Amino acid sequence: MTPPDTSLAETLRPQAPAGTFRLFAAGDYAGLQEHLSVFGALDTGSIGPDFIGVLEASGLTGRGGAAFASWRKMAATAESGSAGILPSRPVVIANGAEGEPLSFKDRTLLANSPHLVLDGLLAANRAVAGSQMYLYAAPDSLAGVAGAIAERPDARRIRLVPAPETFVAGEASAVVNAIATGTALPLDKRRRLSEAGLKGRPTLVLNVETLAHIGLIARYGAAWFRSTGSPADPGTRLLTVSGPGPVQVQEVPGNAALGTILHDAGIDARALSAVLVGGYHGRWVRPLDYRISPSGPDGQAVRPGAGVILALPADQCGLAATARILNYLAGESAKQCGPCMFGLPAMAGVLHRIASGEPNPQLPRELDRLSKLVSGRGACHHPDGTVQLVHSALEIFADDVKAHLSGRCMREDGRTA
Amino acid sequence: MDEAMWAFGRVSGFISLALFTATVLLGILTRSGRPLIALPRFSVTLLHRNFALLASVFLGLHVGSLLLDSYAKLNPIDVLVPFLGSYRPFWQGLGTVALDLVLAIVITGLLRHRIGQRTFKAVHWLSYAMWPIALAHAIGNGTDGTGKWFLILAAASVAAVGGAGAWRLSATFLETSKARQGGMP
Amino acid sequence: MSDTLHIDWTKCDGRGLCTELLPALLARDDWGYPVSRRSRSGNRTDVPIGADSLDAAADAVRLCPRLALSLVGERTSRRA
Repeated sequence: MTPPDTSLAETLRPQAPAGTFRLFAAGDYAGLQEHLSVFGALDTGSIGPDFIGVLEASGLTGRGGAAFASWRKMAATAESGSAGILPSRPVVIANGAEGEPLSFKDRTLLANSPHLVLDGLLAANRAVAGSQMYLYAAPDSLAGVAGAIAERPDARRIRLVPAPETFVAGEASAVVNAIATGTALPLDKRRRLSEAGLKGRPTLVLNVETLAHIGLIARYGAAWFRSTGSPADPGTRLLTVSGPGPVQVQEVPGNAALGTILHDAGIDARALSAVLVGGYHGRWVRPLDYRISPSGPDGQAVRPGAGVILALPADQCGLAATARILNYLAGESAKQCGPCMFGLPAMAGVLHRIASGEPNPQLPRELDRLSKLVSGRGACHHPDGTVQLVHSALEIFADDVKAHLSGRCMREDGRTA
Repeated sequence: MDEAMWAFGRVSGFISLALFTATVLLGILTRSGRPLIALPRFSVTLLHRNFALLASVFLGLHVGSLLLDSYAKLNPIDVLVPFLGSYRPFWQGLGTVALDLVLAIVITGLLRHRIGQRTFKAVHWLSYAMWPIALAHAIGNGTDGTGKWFLILAAASVAAVGGAGAWRLSATFLETSKARQGGMP
Repeated sequence: MSDTLHIDWTKCDGRGLCTELLPALLARDDWGYPVSRRSRSGNRTDVPIGADSLDAAADAVRLCPRLALSLVGERTSRRA
């Protein structure tokens, strides 16, 4: 999308991919040969704690959903790993669990660029002086990764752990729990994972896309990473775009325009009623001039979350769509925490009544009350993410709510949900 | 002196059983999450705990006094190992079993914060076995165990604990059962 | 500065003892679970405890039938 900047490219190593086509530059299902010929070799042995400073300069944020500064997570883990009388060396986990039904970017990345993820995992492990490495992903993805590991001796120590296909399986403490006990349920977090995670060791859990970026930053440096995107949201990110057409995985620059993303996906923004950004824990927005960025003013930027874009055609009812999602989310509650276990089904029930056109003006107020009740009260952010989705639906589909409360639906396919 | 020990042993056993009966009832009430009329939930919990401890003290007095009593001919081994006694070994053995269970339940109860909820709960469930065993011991071994007034009291206790147990298993047991079964409040 | 009462939601069963002991800090939701009346930037899992409530909070920790509560002093934790 962005034309290659030749003056910048000259200062970089010859292999550095220009523009925003980075993570898949080695081609489809890239083996070690293609990987090395496109990106060049990476001497992970030379990476040390100072690499955390490089990451800080790069401005890389996590691509799994929370968009937390990757260097901070790493620095906290490294610090815990060297603190105390009996320091215990950290564990580094590559998280490829993709429970979001609308997300395909991580499995696409693992299938096509496994070596980049492995490079990133090895680099992160060196930077925090880690002792154990894990890669956690759906069994389908692991087969390909195992093939990639077999191609290179430096990755043999990475242990592969299968992830179940549940919504909460990719939450960081659920990842640690799954590796420790085989149960992918979130844990209570009295202490941070960076202090005490897997078997009490300082634990760094990074999304596989984040690690793939780290694999490139370790080669080409922070300035190269920042050569695309915006100062506040540098680099590129993967998005799964779905809507009327086939599902696509796009690599877009940081702070990308939603309109451009939809256009590139062949979706006519004028034929949409709304766009869901960030996944089932994301926000509905009208397809206006939004930028996809973890930071920025509310009316202009929308957080990428799990990197999901869902376009809702104008003839579909957003309330019915949200009610279906909420039903799913309520069913995906780990049923460990009371407010989530009972609150989400209650919310889903009320939204379903609104979506099906029950003319009861109390319903939106009740939904709002339940939202306030469940938020901030769980071992993980499943209730909070769900509340965010519902809030945005009530805001964006406010006219639809009014119509439904008076017993009709503005959309052609409404009332069928 | 011996006569006093013997009498004290019998009375303390009776008091201990009565207190354990109240403890079991309070325990079931605690589990329901309901207050007892004007008594708040934490008081019910404390009452449950204090009744249990008091019952254990009387159990200790019961066993201790009968150990010292020459008529009962209680061997120190009989205190912990059941069914070896010389007088009605089966019924006395039940008392020993109940004592062992009480020891396990009380010790894990006191160490709850150390050993964790899972172990505590698993052992605490033994209360439901301990109580009928202790009652059977009282009826079978007690001098007045088959007396009319004692059997009437025992029947009333069985009805109370049985009723509480049935309530425990019912769908509306928890204070919050209704809300948790769904439906708008 | 202040201590917090941490609620482990994976253990909490909403029995209501803590809400009786700390009525000024905790309410009960529709299903009986404690709701912090105050929140720190949306977090209602770590309830701020003032000095005057410290004893009651310690009682709540001790009496919680599910061992779901713990007192976290800011002095002893959270380095990073």
